[in-house]
Amino acid sequence: MSRYLLSRLLQAALLLLGVSIVGFTLMHLAPGGPLALYTLNPTVTAMDIERIKIQFGLDQPLYIQYLKWAGGMFTGNWGYSFFGGQQVREIVFDRLPATFLLMGTSLMLALVIGVAIGLFAAMRRNSGFDYASAVFAMVALSLPTFWFGLLAIFVFAQTLGWFPAGGIRDTDGGGVLDVIHHMVLPVSVLAFVLVAQWSRYTRSTIIEILANDYVRTARAKGVAPRRVMLNHVLRGALVPLVTLAGLQLPLLVGGALVTETVFSWPGMGLLFINALSTRDYPVLMAILMVGAFVVVLGNLLADLISALIDPRIKLGHG
Amino acid sequence: MANASDNTLLAVNNLTVSFGPSRAVDGISFSVASGETLGLVGESGCGKSTTALALMGLLQGGSTGGSAKLLGTELVGRSEEDLSRDRGLKLGMIFQDPGTALHPMIRVGDQLIEALRAHLKLGKAEARKRAVDLFRKVGIAAPEDRLRAYPHEMSGGMCQRVMIAMAIACNPKLLLADEPTTALDVTVQAQILSLLKDVAREGGMGVILITHDLGVVAGMTDRVAVMYAGEIVETAPTEQLFANPQHPYTQGLLNSIPQLETGHDAPMPVIPGSVQSAAQAKGCRFAPRCPFAEKGCEVRPTLKPVASDHFVACWRVQ
Amino acid sequence: MVDISLTAEAAPPLPKRASVLRRFMRHKLAVLGVVIIVLMIIGSAGAAWIAPFAPDEIDIANRYAAPFTAGHILGSDDLGRDVFTRLLYAGQISLSVGIAAMLVTVIVGFAVGAFAAYYGGWVDTVLMRFTDVMLCFPSVFLLLFVAAFVTPSLTSIALMIGLTCWMEIARIIHGQILVIKSTDYIAAARMVGAPAWRIILRQILPNTLAPILVAATLNTAQAILLESYISYLGYGIQPPEASWGNMLTNAQSDFQIDPWLAIFPGLAITLAVTSFNFIGDGLRDALDPKVRD
Repeated sequence: MSRYLLSRLLQAALLLLGVSIVGFTLMHLAPGGPLALYTLNPTVTAMDIERIKIQFGLDQPLYIQYLKWAGGMFTGNWGYSFFGGQQVREIVFDRLPATFLLMGTSLMLALVIGVAIGLFAAMRRNSGFDYASAVFAMVALSLPTFWFGLLAIFVFAQTLGWFPAGGIRDTDGGGVLDVIHHMVLPVSVLAFVLVAQWSRYTRSTIIEILANDYVRTARAKGVAPRRVMLNHVLRGALVPLVTLAGLQLPLLVGGALVTETVFSWPGMGLLFINALSTRDYPVLMAILMVGAFVVVLGNLLADLISALIDPRIKLGHG
Repeated sequence: MANASDNTLLAVNNLTVSFGPSRAVDGISFSVASGETLGLVGESGCGKSTTALALMGLLQGGSTGGSAKLLGTELVGRSEEDLSRDRGLKLGMIFQDPGTALHPMIRVGDQLIEALRAHLKLGKAEARKRAVDLFRKVGIAAPEDRLRAYPHEMSGGMCQRVMIAMAIACNPKLLLADEPTTALDVTVQAQILSLLKDVAREGGMGVILITHDLGVVAGMTDRVAVMYAGEIVETAPTEQLFANPQHPYTQGLLNSIPQLETGHDAPMPVIPGSVQSAAQAKGCRFAPRCPFAEKGCEVRPTLKPVASDHFVACWRVQ
Repeated sequence: MVDISLTAEAAPPLPKRASVLRRFMRHKLAVLGVVIIVLMIIGSAGAAWIAPFAPDEIDIANRYAAPFTAGHILGSDDLGRDVFTRLLYAGQISLSVGIAAMLVTVIVGFAVGAFAAYYGGWVDTVLMRFTDVMLCFPSVFLLLFVAAFVTPSLTSIALMIGLTCWMEIARIIHGQILVIKSTDYIAAARMVGAPAWRIILRQILPNTLAPILVAATLNTAQAILLESYISYLGYGIQPPEASWGNMLTNAQSDFQIDPWLAIFPGLAITLAVTSFNFIGDGLRDALDPKVRD
């Protein structure tokens, strides 16, 4: 098991290395370079730009810049915001909890509902329920999330007034209940798309598993149908589902971005959009890296959990 | 030889299995007595496995008709929940590929204990003890340790032993063995077959042994039923069948077994042609390949006795 | 020397064209999807003739008209421009960007996956590891980051979307080709000396057509969604050019004044994307050789 763990950690580390190189390349490929805010500003003189360059270490050869930057990322020194000057790390960390709250709650909700729907659809193949849930999933996957969010705000916040239209709490006063009240709409919107994906994937996974020989053996032993489903079928589906969770992370993070924008939810996504308008490179890069890091970490976790669940993976490289 | 009317274990009457318009099993009738081993022989696709699966109610799709009474209890047409109470307890089944027939993520001991506790009210410790005994009975060395093994850690022969243990765990009266040795190494085949024989005799079980291998039949069975294209064409006590085959198909089968005496250059006798598709059934199914086919064969023959306990479905013989 | 690429037959059997069509037709929703897309394409392409007004015809007196009033079937916007007209013209943009982006995705994805799989060795490792790295970035982040720094035009947006979405296709193609690569007829082609690119184009491409087609339709759907999002944010298609996405830029405030303004473009997007998704689903089933007729 430790050999597997080691090899997966190494792969993850290499991935992160690749991610950092791509990120760095992007930063320098963008027109205007990292100092776009200044270079594209006609009132800033060439001499000023030179000074700023030296100050930010941008006059040094690329690979040195990369090493410094990557090293900084790794040690937590993420630089300073172009727009305000605070420590990028502080700004981003400040926003992380809100994003994780949104993502985590949506994922859990989507998992429970999506897997249940997929399971029922697989057990009652070609029934009315199966067909209806398939069409519903398809439409849900086709909705532009931002538009759906706006619609939700219009109906539930503005017209019906059941929920607030945005933000995470009512001006510092509210406690947990207030946050939950604010969470309902964004979580529902984000979970909507996730449920669709989970239900479809669960359905096809369960159908594949039902065709397996070991399910037939379990039935032949006279195991009660419910136990066959829980102990044999679902257990067999665990690894594919956990793997999907890992693969879905980029979409989850992206979806969180969109949802935060629409609901003014003070998370990383909203920060990204704001930083975008001011071309605040350090913040943008930091968030991009954090996003990729979450994805790599999530996939690593998914693989490790799979190895724990499936005894066949323990041998060698799995 | 068992007297069919006294201790009939299983009485199958006009069993049919249809998948849409085609009939995989077309109205077969036979019986198995307590303690008797019936061989069900035929080439791939003749419906022998389908018959066994139909008896156990394990078919995926397709509709089953007719009757099959196990000790007076009807098996056909029951719900999954209802059947699960009898499966494992009154009738058990062993499958062809032991590698895929066991759940890869559950320890074999737990799978066996699950079989035990599905029908017998046993505490954990008692169940474990019985599992150890069963492992020992089927010839697994170091049974206590082996309980904790996973299927992929065991050889094919060992997995098959586990399967046998699971099938007989609750002392069923009828055992269905579907090509139990086909997927195993030749050296292991004999061991498994002899194990089956011992286990059946010890438990006073009736056995239906499904195979395409006449050699297996010769050593293991009391009676044989020959199937072709979904129908039973001949049944007889084993010795009788081999000594005096009446149906042209049976004769062809026996002739095609290579003999030591046949010279090097003599062509291998084969039955010309191939099985017609189930949809085209009119008259005797074997007629297209039969060397003795005549006008009367356009009407489908039924099983008629030609000697005591020897039945043949062929106009020529009747 | 015999040109084997001309004489070699296609290998693993795809269902025949007639049966593919028949199987596709069985999916009522997929057929509906085709109908809708065709209608949309005809509608947008023929906007100049079909549209009741000119797209930039301002009519302040009748601004924020409700649907079915003042000659505006779907109402009018803040400047009195006809919504239906703008939807049609915006459709030209959104649909073209979607399809163009899909083409970029397919070409880049196929190239990467095919070359990696065909050449194997370190080429394979480098290319596929690069693909893995790119997959770590949530595509919306990546897309926005690039879009913020590039002057947005139809071509640049299509390119950007394409360059952030090719990875999945690369993976699919890579897997498919690894399987095909080991077949005999490819070995024969190589033996005769056919150059790599020709083998890839003539032999491998036809056999990977099925998953490419499915991925292409699903990708078009995703591309339309992405374009709409970045245009909504202001980093995509710039006004006065209309795309379904940028018609929604003021949706939040529009909902207060005139909800219909925010509803129709969203519906258009949803309709187009749903149709492409259904088509992709139908294609997947129709082209699957394992599914019996």
